[in-house]
Amino acid sequence: MELSHDELLKLYRWMVLDRRYEEEQREWVSGGILQTGFYHYSVGQEATNAGPLFCLRPDDLLMPTHRGYGKMWMKGIPLKLITAGMMCKKTGFGKGRSGVTHTGDLRYGFLARPGILGAAIPLAVGAALGLKMQKKDHIVMCFFGDGVANLGDTHEGMNLAAAFKLPIVFVCENNFYAVSTPSSKAMAIQDISQRAAGYGFPGATFDGNDILAVVEASREAVKLAREGKGPSLIKCQTYRWYGHSSGDPEGYRNAKEVEAWKKRCPLKRFEKKLEEMGLITEEMTRRIIAEADLEIDESFAHAKSCPNPDVEDMFLGVYTQ
Amino acid sequence: MREIFYGEAINEAMREEMRHDPRVFLMGEDVAHGYGGGIFGISRGLLQEFGEELVVETPICESTIAGAAVGAAVVGMRPIAEIMFADFITLASDHIVNSAAKMQYSYQGEIPLPVVFRIPFGAGRGAGAHYSQSLEAWVMHVPGLKVVMPSTPYDAKGLLKSSIRDENPVVFFEHKFLYRSLKGRVPEEEYTLPLGLADVKRRGRDLTIIATGMMVQRSLLAAETLSKEGIEAEVLDPRTLLPLDKETLVESVKKTGKALIIHEACLTGGPGGEIAALLADEAFEHLEAPIKRIGAPFVPIPASPILETAYLPQPEKIVKEARELVYWK
Repeated sequence: MELSHDELLKLYRWMVLDRRYEEEQREWVSGGILQTGFYHYSVGQEATNAGPLFCLRPDDLLMPTHRGYGKMWMKGIPLKLITAGMMCKKTGFGKGRSGVTHTGDLRYGFLARPGILGAAIPLAVGAALGLKMQKKDHIVMCFFGDGVANLGDTHEGMNLAAAFKLPIVFVCENNFYAVSTPSSKAMAIQDISQRAAGYGFPGATFDGNDILAVVEASREAVKLAREGKGPSLIKCQTYRWYGHSSGDPEGYRNAKEVEAWKKRCPLKRFEKKLEEMGLITEEMTRRIIAEADLEIDESFAHAKSCPNPDVEDMFLGVYTQ
Repeated sequence: MREIFYGEAINEAMREEMRHDPRVFLMGEDVAHGYGGGIFGISRGLLQEFGEELVVETPICESTIAGAAVGAAVVGMRPIAEIMFADFITLASDHIVNSAAKMQYSYQGEIPLPVVFRIPFGAGRGAGAHYSQSLEAWVMHVPGLKVVMPSTPYDAKGLLKSSIRDENPVVFFEHKFLYRSLKGRVPEEEYTLPLGLADVKRRGRDLTIIATGMMVQRSLLAAETLSKEGIEAEVLDPRTLLPLDKETLVESVKKTGKALIIHEACLTGGPGGEIAALLADEAFEHLEAPIKRIGAPFVPIPASPILETAYLPQPEKIVKEARELVYWK
């Protein structure tokens, strides 16, 4: 797979911003600045955020999961809007009403995610059905985790996508745990991508901490969908460094396991590769990090200055008159 | 004016709306080929006219039928999703309650969500506990939905056309016993009926009977009997349970001073409780007797025709309750 230097650097910048943003967000949560709802960090999963998103066109549709705030700005939603949304501001993403993780906006090709994670699959499949009926050439990319792989909706939706040959790519981010339940206890098969054969479309497993492997797999899957060849499933094996959500005491996994995965950091791996290729230097890395931090700080300052919702706002957007 | 069956009226509504707007399509189990078009034959002929692209026969997967309909509506289609039996909305309800009803809120009111869930419901065909329920109360409780329940062929056609044109998710309950048992006048020319408007099925001065679905015809039969005794019942059909036409209901009860509510759903937690509470709130000083409700008993629906007949509210019972109300002391 050929990626230009600019493309490689774009991927690197994305992963840096993703990492810095979520680490900073953890500070906001522990500092009591973010207090609404739950926050699900994807630190350690930057490659599975960036790789698949990198292969989409702006008019393609994304169905995210609850994890991976980076997917939002990678799909084009301004970071300022996202941070203001986290603070449930009137002018933030979600406008203080629908919550930053459950808001959709078609201008960015960003689909609203339901509360039951696996329920996203029939919704995404329906969007793909609608696109196909309209004879459009954009596609749907639908993320899911190892946890919802066992939900009825997942089976129903994937089966329908296969039977109707819909333009959709299923990306499984397998981080081994559904909240606290290890996938080894939740299913008898080793590999979720084996399921694809049962539905009748291609499926394979990739190293989810190798950004270039993820991009390559995603490109192929997107191509199949765009060419009308139907769905495919790419499973990316990865790991979340932190708990399921803010406040998770994490009694279900040991520090040794977490440390071992931190050594397989997708960002460090990519950094090393780019250094070997002579594409980045230490100084460039420092500058890229500083740029990311500035963008984060600006989004934070902006969000703090945004107004809170008015009480009457809760009645908006329930029905179309 | 010509007379057609309730089921035929629904078929015509879908056919006209599919001709009218190429974004309208039907999806569900057996809707293309089964029994001529849907398990009750309601989509008969649509496949021949619109093809498999717009008459989408799905695998057996109620949750995904409902969810995919919502997804297709998000990207600009106008799906009609048939859930074969109302009893099966247990499987579809996550997408009706959590997806459809909340989708516009999730998109900040910036996109409409024009999806209709067509749901055959009701008893009278000896189908027993698992294929006969009236579950409208479940969805009346959900902000973001509209709930429609027509009682005549005329209403069924006009309300379904409006439901398909509506920009919000509509749960459309069709009484499956009426499909091929109730004929009524339906004009040849096109018409629609607004959602949220009750209909006065019969004018009267002595009491107000508020009935839904199959109970409307039974209430009209009861009203004929009462009329022979000199009691003139006003029979109202809300037609839309969400939004409810409070004004028409309240005004009628203010006039008659007496209210009898009849539905096929079991009494406990049924839609009648909501209507009774509304009348108590807004017409209390006009009431000359307690608000009465008739509904099914609190048991699963029995299969035996003898038991099912006893289970369903009958005109005789309506007559008896109405008489007691009118002569209340």
